[in-house]
Amino acid sequence: MPLSEFLQFLISGLTVGFIYGAVALGFTVIYNASHVVNFAQGEFVMLGGMFTVFGISLGLPYLAAAILAIALTALIGVALYEFAIRPARGAPVFALIIITIGASILIRGLAQVGFGTSFFSLPSLAGDTPIKIGGAVAQPQSFVVVIGTLVMVGLLALLMRRTMIGKALIAASTDLIAARLVGINVRMIVALSFAISAVLAAVAGILITPISLVSYDIGVLLALKAFAAVMLGGIGKPAGALIGGILVGVGEAMTAGYLSSDYKDAAAFVIILVVLFFFPSGLLGSEHHERV
Amino acid sequence: MNVFNTLRNIVENRASLILIGAMILVLPLLMTSSFQMRLAIVVWVYAMAVIGLNLLMGFAGQVSLGHAGFFGIGAYSVALGPSQLGLSPALSLPAGVAFCGILALVLGRPILRLKGHYLAVATLGLGMLVFMVLSNEVELTGGPDGMQVPRMAILGWKVKGTDTWYWITGIALIIGVWLALNLINSPTGLALRAIRDSEVAASVLGVDIAKYKVIVFSISACFASAAGGLLALYNGHVTPGLSDFLISVQMVTMVVLGGMGSIAGSLVGAALIIILPQFLTSLHEYEHAFLGLIMILTMIFMRSGIVPSIGNAIKRGRHDSNS
Amino acid sequence: MTAILETTGLSIFFGGLKALDNVSLAVRPGEILSVIGPNGAGKTTLFNLISGVYQPSSGQVFLEGQDVTGQEPNKLAGMGLTRTFQNLQVFQTMTALENVMVGRHLHEKRNIVAHLLSLPSVRRQRVESREKAMECLARVDLEQYAHQPASALPYGALKRLEIARALALSPKVLLLDEPAAGCNPRETEEVDEIISEIAAGGMAVVLVEHDMRLVMKISNHILVLNFGRKLAEGNAASIAADPHVIEAYLGLEGDKGETGAVAE
Repeated sequence: MPLSEFLQFLISGLTVGFIYGAVALGFTVIYNASHVVNFAQGEFVMLGGMFTVFGISLGLPYLAAAILAIALTALIGVALYEFAIRPARGAPVFALIIITIGASILIRGLAQVGFGTSFFSLPSLAGDTPIKIGGAVAQPQSFVVVIGTLVMVGLLALLMRRTMIGKALIAASTDLIAARLVGINVRMIVALSFAISAVLAAVAGILITPISLVSYDIGVLLALKAFAAVMLGGIGKPAGALIGGILVGVGEAMTAGYLSSDYKDAAAFVIILVVLFFFPSGLLGSEHHERV
Repeated sequence: MNVFNTLRNIVENRASLILIGAMILVLPLLMTSSFQMRLAIVVWVYAMAVIGLNLLMGFAGQVSLGHAGFFGIGAYSVALGPSQLGLSPALSLPAGVAFCGILALVLGRPILRLKGHYLAVATLGLGMLVFMVLSNEVELTGGPDGMQVPRMAILGWKVKGTDTWYWITGIALIIGVWLALNLINSPTGLALRAIRDSEVAASVLGVDIAKYKVIVFSISACFASAAGGLLALYNGHVTPGLSDFLISVQMVTMVVLGGMGSIAGSLVGAALIIILPQFLTSLHEYEHAFLGLIMILTMIFMRSGIVPSIGNAIKRGRHDSNS
Repeated sequence: MTAILETTGLSIFFGGLKALDNVSLAVRPGEILSVIGPNGAGKTTLFNLISGVYQPSSGQVFLEGQDVTGQEPNKLAGMGLTRTFQNLQVFQTMTALENVMVGRHLHEKRNIVAHLLSLPSVRRQRVESREKAMECLARVDLEQYAHQPASALPYGALKRLEIARALALSPKVLLLDEPAAGCNPRETEEVDEIISEIAAGGMAVVLVEHDMRLVMKISNHILVLNFGRKLAEGNAASIAADPHVIEAYLGLEGDKGETGAVAE
């Protein structure tokens, strides 16, 4: 039945879309704090899933492994900032691009050696009984993904608005110099932004692994799709990142379902290219003039 | 300007050409195995592709993460030309170059309106699209297993053997270096450097920014596709892996490691990235990790790359000993 | 003589702010028009609009009678209009001579294939461009820096380098954005001479400057902007005596040359 087919695609699209949204949100947090586009963002997702798998294989209970994985990934995120990005502050854009891509490849390369090239899975957090919705079938983990992501985003919003740290982050993203002048330790704030976005990505990785598995090289495509999401939503806009992610996920699922599953990944690229050419500032973005 | 100055200018501008030419001529005398010669061929080929990328990145200041896309298209054109169009492999090579050049002209206009991260991601996406097409269209391209490339024949003589291909690719590289140096020293080269240093200033002085970016994009595509075609003809086989994202990244690393804006640097970068893994076979698994590490370290500690850094150190040394 | 450069009702909004409001001006060949006003008055914005860097929200720009509103800067350069920059847009990695040679771009043959093959015609042209560029450097007294990287030049020299670069284009209209900023009195004298010379040669010059002595001395015509609007227009004497202008500048104590304008 066409409707149930459509629903099926929609469900899988939404599931993966929320993941893209979470990763895109991480992009946005880092970009807002430091104007760096972190191409290694996708690797954080991979690490979240990988470390959890690894922890469980060492005998740890699921939750403990997950928490450890998230903490480790956050640490790696901060290390990325401290050792790769901060030493190059003030560098031209192309240098920062190359550094974050280099970091992505470094992490990926080490993961390849440490974890091998196979795919790994995690047990679903809500059991395995598929849930029927109007002729379509949803994995219970899909709901975990959506709800989990929303909770995470909600917590982040609370953090940003209600705590001093959050306000400091917002201040730093609005005006770095003014933030410094009022005594905000920018280095810590930016490091924190890397940690936060690593956490966002790691959690996303843990949530999605039961559905789409994890392997050492899922990072690149993920980063690209999250970038597409950010493009759609306008760079620097958290709400836009999440919405953009959902749109990319659904667009991808529809492409796979109705056009060709071979070119599923191409959907995100096409979106990027279309947005770049017709809406250079994103669907929610704004103009800015070069100052001469 | 007296004769001596003119001569010195010519030599300094052509120093790269002379050095590289000399190296290509001398190297076979030092080689002890066919494997080494094969390695040299791969280096010459990548150096050619990287010179093209360097024109784009080093002179026009545009980052491309999809250069391997053109490399792959060039490689597949010498397989598809014979199988689909009945062209000889020898003719398919220039046909592939022309195709890539025109493709770059068409795609260039919209793409090069972008800057910084957006340009990087757009080129990344395009490179991946090429990889996807080459991997998915099994009937046309043989899918992930790739295709055979028929042997090239010139006037009935079958071109084969690592020795022969060493000289063919070596000469091709020299021609590429010559063309690139000419371009750099020409008004076009000056316009490109102006665009890199300050687009707005170049613009008010009459430089058509969009046009020059597209032109250098097209030229760089031609270099990559010629290189890919030559490699394919030598190997006798092509796979989609030639246009993989990782190859694009390797090429970018070769540019920044050797030196952005340095033709000799392109060769040094290519040589290092290709030859070093041969010496560290015990650490072979860490090849990709090392690539990433090199990218990071170069950008932090030696942003202008090896050749320009050495050049600057020499200039400073000369200056110090003069004063 | 008719104006070679004219704007009518030029305006631009930045978000909700009207940065420039209904500015009209006209310059004739050989004339020096100075645009003055407090910081933030919109002077550089005006330049950016005329030179095609920004698109106006309304109004027009005419060059030699042709409507060139919104044209790209390189097209305007092709029609003989170019400019220098307030916060310097020098080509840092090039030598001073190479910087000026870029100004010769439109006068050179731009055949890519000829360039790739380094044909003799290209080499001959390079020699010619070099010579012309050296002449421009000589005009601003910078020949000794010809082969030095631009990044090594002192600030005052860089300001003159931009002028030399613009002159290499052989423009009909030259917009100079604060050419004497940060210059000592001797350097300002030199800039004064250069500008007078090129205007005497028939070029129309539009000048943005803070140095009132320079402005009062060499301008044929002065336009005063404040809050993006035309405050006053006229020759040096009438501007110096204009009560609105004096009021706009009140409170800017300590700025050299300002008291000179008010007192004269």
